[in-house]
Amino acid sequence: MAGLGSACLTVALLVAVYAAGASVYGAVTSKRAWVVSGRRAVYCLAGLTITATVVLQSAFLRSDFSFKLVADGSSTDTPTFYKVTAMWATQDGSLLLWALLLSIFSSAVLFLTRRSLREIAPWATAVLGVVAAFFLLLMVGWENPFTTLTNPPAEGVGLNPLLRHPAMMIHPPMLYTGYVGFSIPFAFAVGALITRNTGADWIRATRRFALVAWTFLGVGIMLGALWSYTELGWGGYWAWDPVENASLLPWLTGTAFLHSVMVQEKRGMLKIWNVSLIMATFVLALIGTFLVRSGILQSIHAFGASTIGTQFVVFIALAVIVSVGLVVWRLPDLRTDAKLDSLLSREAFFLLNNLVLVALALVVFWGTFFPLISEAITGTQASVGPPWFNRLTTPLALVLVGLAAVGPMVAWRRVTLSGLRRSLFWPLLFALTALVAIALLTNGADSLPALTMFGLAALVFSVVGQEFIRGTAARRATSGEPLPRALSALVGRNRRRYGGYIVHTGIAVLFLGVAASSAFHQQKDVRISPGQSFQSGDYHVTYVRPTARLGLDPGGTGAPISFGAVLRVRKGDQVRILHPARNFYPTQDASKGAIGRYFEGEATSEVDVRWGLRRDFWAAVRPDISSLDGPIREANRKFAGANGDVQGLIIGAIAERYRRHPPPATFRTIVSPMVSWIWIGGGIVLLGALLAGWPAPEARLRRVRSLYSARLGKELTSRA
Amino acid sequence: MEYGLALIFLAAVVAFVVMRPVVLGESDEAVGGSARAELEAAKEAKYREIRDAELDHQMGKLSDTDHRAIDRELRAEAIEILRRLDEVEGRSPRV
Repeated sequence: MAGLGSACLTVALLVAVYAAGASVYGAVTSKRAWVVSGRRAVYCLAGLTITATVVLQSAFLRSDFSFKLVADGSSTDTPTFYKVTAMWATQDGSLLLWALLLSIFSSAVLFLTRRSLREIAPWATAVLGVVAAFFLLLMVGWENPFTTLTNPPAEGVGLNPLLRHPAMMIHPPMLYTGYVGFSIPFAFAVGALITRNTGADWIRATRRFALVAWTFLGVGIMLGALWSYTELGWGGYWAWDPVENASLLPWLTGTAFLHSVMVQEKRGMLKIWNVSLIMATFVLALIGTFLVRSGILQSIHAFGASTIGTQFVVFIALAVIVSVGLVVWRLPDLRTDAKLDSLLSREAFFLLNNLVLVALALVVFWGTFFPLISEAITGTQASVGPPWFNRLTTPLALVLVGLAAVGPMVAWRRVTLSGLRRSLFWPLLFALTALVAIALLTNGADSLPALTMFGLAALVFSVVGQEFIRGTAARRATSGEPLPRALSALVGRNRRRYGGYIVHTGIAVLFLGVAASSAFHQQKDVRISPGQSFQSGDYHVTYVRPTARLGLDPGGTGAPISFGAVLRVRKGDQVRILHPARNFYPTQDASKGAIGRYFEGEATSEVDVRWGLRRDFWAAVRPDISSLDGPIREANRKFAGANGDVQGLIIGAIAERYRRHPPPATFRTIVSPMVSWIWIGGGIVLLGALLAGWPAPEARLRRVRSLYSARLGKELTSRA
Repeated sequence: MEYGLALIFLAAVVAFVVMRPVVLGESDEAVGGSARAELEAAKEAKYREIRDAELDHQMGKLSDTDHRAIDRELRAEAIEILRRLDEVEGRSPRV
């Protein structure tokens, strides 16, 4: 089967190159048959990468250790869910995932534009073909996921324990869907520049793909944050880690792009800005993919060193050179006569929002790559820490949320100051009332940035609420519909607008959670024995007893040994029991001994969180198993040659010893206010994005009409 | 062996699918269809803008004077799109 997989990749590489060549030839010579052939090649590309993925997945499910990738990233005792998702835990598998998603996205967009954008689409096909060819070349030349082992091992290494988390397994495909999705508007932007069709056609054709990419990337980032919060054992959800930042960068520029394309669609302005933004977003997506596994920056995601760093750097450099060159070459075509009618207009606010988003991206970029820059200048890697990021990004985030509040109040082209004052009166009054209430009734005033964020979030909620109320009232005034129908019709006919408002609400909710949880979280680190207690915020915590489980990890990670604790957490009359634990995974290192290898491999924190809308109580434990060193050494000596069942009994006996004679354990507890609102905000953003991206009824009707009219034309011609 | 056979089989299938349009001289839709689809999309976008401005006006974001001016401009742009649509469809201008 590995041969079939490799053959798929080789043919896919040739097909991608052909798709690019045929499309360019067809576009230059106006021979449409070649353009159609190029498009079909992309469809075939999707078929080939799907087949390759099926081959690889079946190898993982069968635990076929003749595949090097399976032997390195899975094992017979890896749970099925993690076997399926183990493909993208490796570099080779990630590359295949990129190629798979790219070919599917490319096929979808080329199918949808097969009757439009006749000049741009062939060039876009060529760009997508080149990008696909690059990833396929990496696999065929350097990182073949179908490499086989001459002497397959009886057992695989298993999936990296840190990755055995549901969020982490869905996180990479989400991120990659985001990264890949931005290739589509990028490719069409290149096509538009080459053919000098710099109007809004390419934007209209690819806007939905950009929105899908942005949504998936956002969901991926959120899942990564959730994984960090519940798996890494440090208690935070965002650490300004280089790889986290790398995923945030294209999301920031993508957000700017989604706003600014509306200005081009409606006013024909910002053409240079839009093509530059999407090109920057694509390049940042490539950098994000590259950083995850390159190992060039210290990161919690440094799961492996890359062997394809040089190739990536060359490709990224080429993408930058081609992008800049194209924009400079087509500058005369990108200039526009339209001017801002007023600084009090939606387009002016979008421009401001873009500047803030790009400034945020620049700050994050500088902070992320500062170690490399400092190394280039001084010879040593110096990095900037989270305080540096927080100091610079907090004011920008506040301005951004402020713009998200005021922006919807401003009409396109122009609005009078008195009109804006009138629109803002009630929302401002609501926000100020909320601000005063928070300052008086809570300790919110202890942090000025947090308090400001609460006020701005309240302004966003009230503005969006007013938009829905006024819109529904206006609809009812003209149609006389009952309230629910008027609201539903209003939203249904203006999905992009109201979807966008819901996204703004979600972002405000998310920032509310970020502000509260970062400004007011209380952390406690203690080392105590069973029976002892400590105070964490308003919570009285007692270490009741230790736990030792064999193969019964409740998280379903497949960990053979899990040491933990039972904690009784009391706040007032409420008592809750928490079960934080630490999973131990065996190492393949034979020097650790037959029994010791089960205790001295990788270990992961399995935190227990009491989720709540007002606050989370988060607990992690680090059991001290050094007291087991003696028994483990003795067991290694006595039972090295024993069969599996006997070794299992011995491991059980050692674990039981820990349970009966527990040494003190180290605990970290965190009381984090409103952290759940971050995940709720993410969910609201997702809902809003779905609404904004859902095809409007007239768009569907238009497509149907277009299909029928094309068929009519074809049939009339063939019968003539 | 497996690799070689798979390579030949896949290459043959792909070549058949991909080269068919070139060998048979198949082409996609006529030029008019593409232009029409793009103009239809532009028309819908312009209509949406007109409805947006109308909604902004009803919600009090645009004054009567501003709305009148903007609406006039947008409608003129929509008429131009309709005129081009008629041209593409080979119809005489709508009266």
